[in-house]
Amino acid sequence: MTQHFDIVVVGGGPAGMAAAACAAEYGKPVVIVDDNLTLGGQIWRGKDIPAAARKWQARLDSVSAHVTRIHGARVFSQPVPGVLRAEQNGRYLDIAYRKLILATGARERFLPFPGWTLPNVVGAGGLQALVKSGLSVKGKHVVVAGSGPLLLAVAAYLQTHGAKVLAICEQAQFSRLLKFVHSIVTDSGKLRQALTYKMQTMSVPFYAGCYPVSAGGGKKFESVTLRQGKRAWTIACDYLACGFHLVPNTELAEFFGCRISNGKVAVDKWQQTSILDVYCAGEPTGIGGAELALVEGQIAGYAAAGQQDKAHSFFEERARRRKFAQLLEETFALDPALAQLPQDETLVCRCEDVPYSVLKHEPSWRAAKLHTRCGMGPCQGRICGTATEFIFGWTAGQVRPPIFPTPLSSLGAKPELIELQETR
Amino acid sequence: MKLSYDAVVIGAGIVGAACACELARAGMRMAIVEAQIIGGGATAAGMGHIVVMDDSPAQLALTQYSQSLWNELASQLPPNVEYDRCGTLWIAADDDEMQEVHRKQAVYAAAHVSTEILDAKALAEAEPNLRRPLAGALFVPSDAVIYPPCAAMYLVECAKQAGATLYLERAVAKAGKGRLVFSDGTEIFAASIIHATGASASRLMPHLPVRKRKGHLVITDRYPGFVRHQLVELGYLKSAHSTSSDSVAFNVQPRRTGQLLIGSSRQYNNEGTGVDQNILGAMLARAFDYIPSLQGLSSIRVWTGFRAATPDKLPLIGPTEDASVFLATGHEGLGITTSLATARLLTDHLLDRTPAISLAPYLPERFACEAAHA
Repeated sequence: MTQHFDIVVVGGGPAGMAAAACAAEYGKPVVIVDDNLTLGGQIWRGKDIPAAARKWQARLDSVSAHVTRIHGARVFSQPVPGVLRAEQNGRYLDIAYRKLILATGARERFLPFPGWTLPNVVGAGGLQALVKSGLSVKGKHVVVAGSGPLLLAVAAYLQTHGAKVLAICEQAQFSRLLKFVHSIVTDSGKLRQALTYKMQTMSVPFYAGCYPVSAGGGKKFESVTLRQGKRAWTIACDYLACGFHLVPNTELAEFFGCRISNGKVAVDKWQQTSILDVYCAGEPTGIGGAELALVEGQIAGYAAAGQQDKAHSFFEERARRRKFAQLLEETFALDPALAQLPQDETLVCRCEDVPYSVLKHEPSWRAAKLHTRCGMGPCQGRICGTATEFIFGWTAGQVRPPIFPTPLSSLGAKPELIELQETR
Repeated sequence: MKLSYDAVVIGAGIVGAACACELARAGMRMAIVEAQIIGGGATAAGMGHIVVMDDSPAQLALTQYSQSLWNELASQLPPNVEYDRCGTLWIAADDDEMQEVHRKQAVYAAAHVSTEILDAKALAEAEPNLRRPLAGALFVPSDAVIYPPCAAMYLVECAKQAGATLYLERAVAKAGKGRLVFSDGTEIFAASIIHATGASASRLMPHLPVRKRKGHLVITDRYPGFVRHQLVELGYLKSAHSTSSDSVAFNVQPRRTGQLLIGSSRQYNNEGTGVDQNILGAMLARAFDYIPSLQGLSSIRVWTGFRAATPDKLPLIGPTEDASVFLATGHEGLGITTSLATARLLTDHLLDRTPAISLAPYLPERFACEAAHA
């Protein structure tokens, strides 16, 4: 059966929560469709959530009469225009919308280097998530590497959960980091957060302009070799937590035909994409953190509910927060040297076991897909597509349904006939 | 400097690649031109079934001849072509279709294609995931499956090794009268120009009787052994034969990777590349009807592609009114199978050799009157 809503929000992180709360304040029937079992997205998870998360939770609760929550559901196609199809516990849901707000967040970026596919070489955010869901790192030796503000946060988190973090390696050069710190001095919240993490990891050596060149070990990960300038050294450890900042999840927006610019969903001042009545808020429009996501979510929510005046009142804050997003992008831009890390036998596509040696002769992403199967596996190129974009400068092609692997029964089900509705 | 060749092939799909390889090996100075990606059109969109089909005597002759050429080539194909002689099971749902199994066997036997009839029990043993009961099936053991884009790559490599020049990512603006003009204005010359542009053939030659026939395919995650042969419903013939309406048929292929390719659909008058949910739904419903447990398997991708369809479902191979222009297109759903025979027949024609089978049924001139009136 098809459920009908005025406004459908895809994604229950900060942007999606804010968008849903604001839209519902004006009595619009709103639904949040989220793939997790609780709201909060990747960032507001588990027990230790910040005050802002509680505040938005409460705000959503106060308008709960107008907000339906669909948890554990992943949107994977649009069977007919105006209807989303999501998969939930092996079944499908068709959700009709008048306006759509995409708040699909971001994911960690992984880059291939020799040994990156060994067990216990995991994402930085990935290891944190594993610990949150019960993995013990007590007494384990961990190297945290990659790029982005997440590294410090993860290192601090792991320390407080009993891990011995041996090194934090940030690929960005020290001069860039200095400029970054200098710029956030005026933002007391961000500065306090950074200082807290730094204090918690005071005893851990922090290396800038440093990155892993290889992970070693037989069947099991044993050590990581790091490089900083001309110096290279090897550290024995139990885990390498490695993520190279974040990349926007733009697949759903691309699927709807929204214009993508520089890897980000292009939006107008109302957070509306190039497609009428399809809005986008938060990380997909550019990595800017939870604060920017909240502001964009509020603007999208109010604009979608027809409350342009309310939306307008957040423009100034958004402009300010976008400067921070710009700063993040400049600070944590990848060092081109990282593109040279994979060796011939290094797997670039983990799903289909495609090594660097066969990819390096291919002219484009599509040619690589067809000739080598790169990106054809269950992750649908989310990992290797992002990596090859950086390594070879390829741009990923058309997004096809299903956007996530999904049971054939859900994929094939015929949509109900939808009566054409008047648009208000 | 004026670049000139004995022959130039336009299009590096599997048909063009096979033509370039065959002609280069025959000693001709060759060029092959591809606007986008080698094997990136219908070659990439299709299933890769090397199958003997008996829609008409001419189709039987061409598919059978071409399959024998694939058999010769099989041992030389690199592993990424994933050649697998898994055979085809033509599935009969009821007694009526079982009649068709017997008819089909007689036709194949007359053509010296060996087959085996499976009864309901034997079919259930051969393919335990098929619904029961089914009446039986015709097993054609000589049929095979391949991964076509890599086969096209291999054939282009063979052509290059035999001296052919590849012009990659070069779009053709005009070709005829021994001259080929690229979209950037540069040109090359060739005594023979072979159009092997599949469903796009009418872009350069608007009067060709080639129409786009859209198809959908779905691929699953890896389920090794779930299906062991290429499975096709005998009802497929009814739907594939229909030249007007949209149709779907049960057609499932096991890939070397353990993945399953699920088809098939046929649509005219739909030139958009988007997925049509009604057709997709009908196609999968058909597949679930034959293999109910497919429903729980995980799908990874759906895509669409365009077959180059002719009014009589036979390809266009051979000369045209322009003495320098030759055709190798219009292969509909059989381009993978018939690519090698197309290349051999065309080469025989250009070199004035005696062909193994008659080229006559495939000559473009059979549509000459229509083209002139178009």
